[in-house]
Amino acid sequence: MPFLEIARLEKSFGALRVVRDFNLAIEKGEFVSLLGPSGCGKTTVLRMVAGFEAPDSGTIRIDGQDVLGLRPNQRSIGMVFQAYALFPNLTVAQNVGFGLKVKGTGRAEMDARVDEMLRLIGLPDLGQRYPFQLSGGQQQRVALARALAPKPQVLLLDEPLSALDAKVRVSLRNEIRAIQRDLGITTLFVTHDQEEALSMSDRVVVMNGGLAEQVGDPHEIYNRPATRFVAQFVGTLNVLEAEVTDPAAGRVRLAGQEIALGRPLPPGRASLALRPEVVSLGPAPGRDLRLAGRIAEVHFLGSVIRMRVAVGSDHVSLDAFNRPDAPPPAVGEAVELSVSPRDLLVLEG
Amino acid sequence: MTRAFAWIAFALGAIYFFLPLIGTVEFSLRMLRGQYSFEAYRRVLADPRFLDTLGYSVAMAVATIVFGVLLVVPTAFWVRLKMPRIRPLIEFITLLPLVIPAIVIVFGYIRLFNTSSILPLTGSAMGTNVLLMFGYATLALPYMYRAVDTGLRAIDVRTLTEAAQSLGAGWVTILARLILPNVLVAVLSGAFLTFAIVIGEFTMAALLNRPAFGPYMQLLGANRAYEPAALAVIAFAITWACMGLMQLVTRFQKHTRAQR
Ligand SMILES: Nc1ncnc2c1ncn2[C@@H]1O[C@H](COP(=O)(O)OP(=O)(O)OP(=O)(O)O)[C@@H](O)[C@H]1O
Ligand SMILES: [Mg+2]
Repeated sequence: MPFLEIARLEKSFGALRVVRDFNLAIEKGEFVSLLGPSGCGKTTVLRMVAGFEAPDSGTIRIDGQDVLGLRPNQRSIGMVFQAYALFPNLTVAQNVGFGLKVKGTGRAEMDARVDEMLRLIGLPDLGQRYPFQLSGGQQQRVALARALAPKPQVLLLDEPLSALDAKVRVSLRNEIRAIQRDLGITTLFVTHDQEEALSMSDRVVVMNGGLAEQVGDPHEIYNRPATRFVAQFVGTLNVLEAEVTDPAAGRVRLAGQEIALGRPLPPGRASLALRPEVVSLGPAPGRDLRLAGRIAEVHFLGSVIRMRVAVGSDHVSLDAFNRPDAPPPAVGEAVELSVSPRDLLVLEG
Repeated sequence: MTRAFAWIAFALGAIYFFLPLIGTVEFSLRMLRGQYSFEAYRRVLADPRFLDTLGYSVAMAVATIVFGVLLVVPTAFWVRLKMPRIRPLIEFITLLPLVIPAIVIVFGYIRLFNTSSILPLTGSAMGTNVLLMFGYATLALPYMYRAVDTGLRAIDVRTLTEAAQSLGAGWVTILARLILPNVLVAVLSGAFLTFAIVIGEFTMAALLNRPAFGPYMQLLGANRAYEPAALAVIAFAITWACMGLMQLVTRFQKHTRAQR
């Protein structure tokens, strides 16, 4: 039985349907991300789990218990916010101990737990500081410790890294994931950063317009996107418009070239998608499908050379590694791209 | 040119403000013929009614402050958290005491709570004290509400409240352990203003016939020459001490406490 179970959740603000038929089952100890563009309803889902918003309909169960009748302070949920939500009038130690104190935990036990949490987040000596004396990254660590100290059943994080600078963001996300694994706490993480979602999660929920478009592990989301939206939102994607000439055999006409995909296609037009990393410049073993094109842009980034190649009326982006003995291709040069038909995704809709 | 004008304006203001003050101080020192002395102050301080009325007014001020804080902090918090749209309305209501004269308020009270009403507060001394405190709280409301609301603006009320709730805190804990400490400076400045208002208030106390400091000042002023001047200076000093404390607390806060 799933530990956190969200079923048929609906929420509207006035006429705006913010969350639509949202279903999600999370196993105990699992780390699941909600990924989607701004305004797609991620925060609203999280706030309904936390109890700050009431759904119009649907159910939320934690460990088999329906929590919709419970107020936020009865739900045993740890929450980390995007903005630094530390209590400014309390020290770091008092912040971390807040939930325990509210519960009526004894002094000795509380102090021990606070110490343990501060060590867990790698800030054992900062207990007496005030929040304004900490850096942004440190504040978010303390917020994490504060949320975890009372041993909640579920941890909710709403874009906890988005206010931090890039380096801190990457190191802290690894740290959060390590702590989460360590404690085995069931976690729902909200982000609009696909790299964050893919690198941290056991499973990712891609949301769009209040709907969960796809739920799957990062590899699956990236390589087998279920919808056009998922394909385009997650990662960089090249889309080529093709005309299906033989639906049964899977033959299409693409930029004046006839190619065989080797699987049946719906008749009419088809959108074919390619990740940049499945395209190579020039012939490559195992990639026997050839596309003729012309270099439109070249960006020399050091170890990587990023190119845009015009194929018919579409453009294909691809990356090549730098080779010390060969200069990058010139703009306007005619080139041949090779891909494997297997790697061509057919987008619906 | 504009600079000179500003200085002249400032000097005029200073003269307007300080001349009567200096005059009063000087006059209050001339009780004994031909020499400056503190005789008038000595007599004021020796008058038992001085201490009685001052004590009464201080007690009333403290009660008013406690009542005002308990009324205003949760209200301002709730409005910010749950009903931000009605904030202008609340703000308008809290301004009403500034436009409605105290005498109107107190006559209203007397009509509503006289001995033949359902709630005959004016029937007993204690009841009248309570009524007077409500009156004072009304007078102080514009200052108290504004101070607290400004204090709340400095913190993210909603996020802090939600963080506390998710940690298991109920409303009382949130108000007592988070909201109040974070608006303490604002509350204190509201409190000192309330104190100054209550100490000097005349109309309500006189009409409700309570032994407060304001009516005592008036009584003394009608019957003596030098003592009222001394009393005025003392009252003035108390008010200024309040303002000074307000400044001090604000300063102290800025250095030691949390800003984000
Ligand atoms: N309390 C509210 N009242 C009215 N509309 C709201 C409220 N909260 C959210 N919305 C609307 O619901 C939609 C979804 O909001 P939500 O905060 O869930 O988005 P999000 O996916 O978290 O976006 P972001 O990445 O920008 O945080 C938005 O259009 C927002 O304007
Ligand atoms: Mg959000």
